[in-house]
Amino acid sequence: MNSDHHVILRVVSKALIPVIALFGFYVQFHGDFGPGGGFQAGVIMAVAIILYSLIFGIAAAMRAITPGFVRGLAALGFLLFAGVGVWALIQGGDYLDYDALLGEEPGGHHGQHLGIMLVELGVLFAVSGSLVSIFYAFAGRVSEIRDEDW
Amino acid sequence: MLEFILERGNYWAIIGLMMIGLYIAFAATNLIKRLVGLGLFQTSIILFYISLSRIDGGTAPILYGADLESGHGDSEGVEAVAEAGHGVADAAHSGAGELVNIYSNPLPHVLMLTAIVVGVATLAVGLAIVVRIREAYGTVESDEVQEMDLSVALAEAVDEVGETQAASGAGAI
Amino acid sequence: MTGFEGMDLAVAMLNITLLAILFITAIAIARLRSLFAIVMLSGLYSLVSATWFVALDAVDVAFTEASVGAGFSTALYLGAMVLTSRSAKIEQGASKIIPLLVVIATGAVLIYATIDLPSFGDAMSAANTGVGIDYVSRTPSEIAVPNIVTAVLASYRGFDTLGETGVVFTAGLAVVLLLGFGERSLSSSLRRGRRSSADQSRQGGDDE
Repeated sequence: MNSDHHVILRVVSKALIPVIALFGFYVQFHGDFGPGGGFQAGVIMAVAIILYSLIFGIAAAMRAITPGFVRGLAALGFLLFAGVGVWALIQGGDYLDYDALLGEEPGGHHGQHLGIMLVELGVLFAVSGSLVSIFYAFAGRVSEIRDEDW
Repeated sequence: MLEFILERGNYWAIIGLMMIGLYIAFAATNLIKRLVGLGLFQTSIILFYISLSRIDGGTAPILYGADLESGHGDSEGVEAVAEAGHGVADAAHSGAGELVNIYSNPLPHVLMLTAIVVGVATLAVGLAIVVRIREAYGTVESDEVQEMDLSVALAEAVDEVGETQAASGAGAI
Repeated sequence: MTGFEGMDLAVAMLNITLLAILFITAIAIARLRSLFAIVMLSGLYSLVSATWFVALDAVDVAFTEASVGAGFSTALYLGAMVLTSRSAKIEQGASKIIPLLVVIATGAVLIYATIDLPSFGDAMSAANTGVGIDYVSRTPSEIAVPNIVTAVLASYRGFDTLGETGVVFTAGLAVVLLLGFGERSLSSSLRRGRRSSADQSRQGGDDE
């Protein structure tokens, strides 16, 4: 691979990838007030990692964010979502009834806000973990067609 | 008549797009092109749902201005009422329907938002199966895959017939 | 409807322009045979439809469609394309006529069904008077979150979203099972690639 060929791409993406990841977190935590939320933020985080692996090579990306970590993240996100429901059950409410989480008086909104934040965090983990492991599974295979045939 | 057409022109355009997607998914023999056609079909269905949820004069379903203020005012009112021993549901209903601004229907937005993410996840499964088909057959054209399956099945059938004939021939001797 | 004037006219022109771009893109996808062009045009289709979602007041959906449709799924298509083929066979003869007839018949039936549909932007339609508007009016007092879509997604329909998250997780698991865990398949394919390139260089040496 000729590294001089891609020097502009490398420099620009090195500057862009942290901004993309930061924007993902903004979308995640500003989702209550504007457009956005766990699904969008999860995709944006996954795309930041995919951009890194497209430019610096899949092996470098796997060293930075290991496939095992990504798979664990996906499972953790789903468990976090389901766990919030179990927490509400333990507190004596219905499954995923956030009003019961903190045992507040009726009309209090802290339980709702906490529940929404935890659930969106679970969605973020599950979506970004699943999408990155899907990309790793595709990119991990080397094609039978050689580059010269393009 | 013109009004009738203008009110439904959106739906007809979306149905046109949907049918192009269906045609690609139907006619294409290449499996990846077929999946692209299905993606077009899916996007058109999402467009249809979103255009049903639009309300004339409405905005995006994010509370702003007076509604945000009154929301907090209502919540205090709910607490006061709840302390006074009334049912929470009644208090919520007294707060309902007092919004100043008009908003689009948020429910189709929620359903379609999750449908997009689930759609890309299932698309990934489809593409993974296509990759495995390419590795097993050496092609992703569905008619070639069918031909190969058919010729293999015919060859096996001929083999079986040959074996049974040989076995019956041996029995006769 | 009170005539297309001012704002209405601008919205109508925007709708017509975006729909025209969508139609041209879709027909181009149907006629092309280079898979690379098809994949890129499907990304364009997603981006233009995301613009239309903004015009229809669905900002959250537009956000998702732009990031998923134009970003992730294009990368996914390219990844699968590299592993399979790069041009599609052009369909001809009966395999072109029969789908066309079926599609025209289906479209005609669907357009016949739209006569009963509520008009575009009708606030009194069945879809817009039921539970959706109920969520809008109850969110300020019950959830106190400005974005109603987030409130419905995470709280009112949390169980629904749990199922969707489960589907995404299961799809990721299915792809991993079909194509192998990333690191293991990478190392084995790299080993295979190195061996074949070594063979090639040896052959090249023989040729010289």
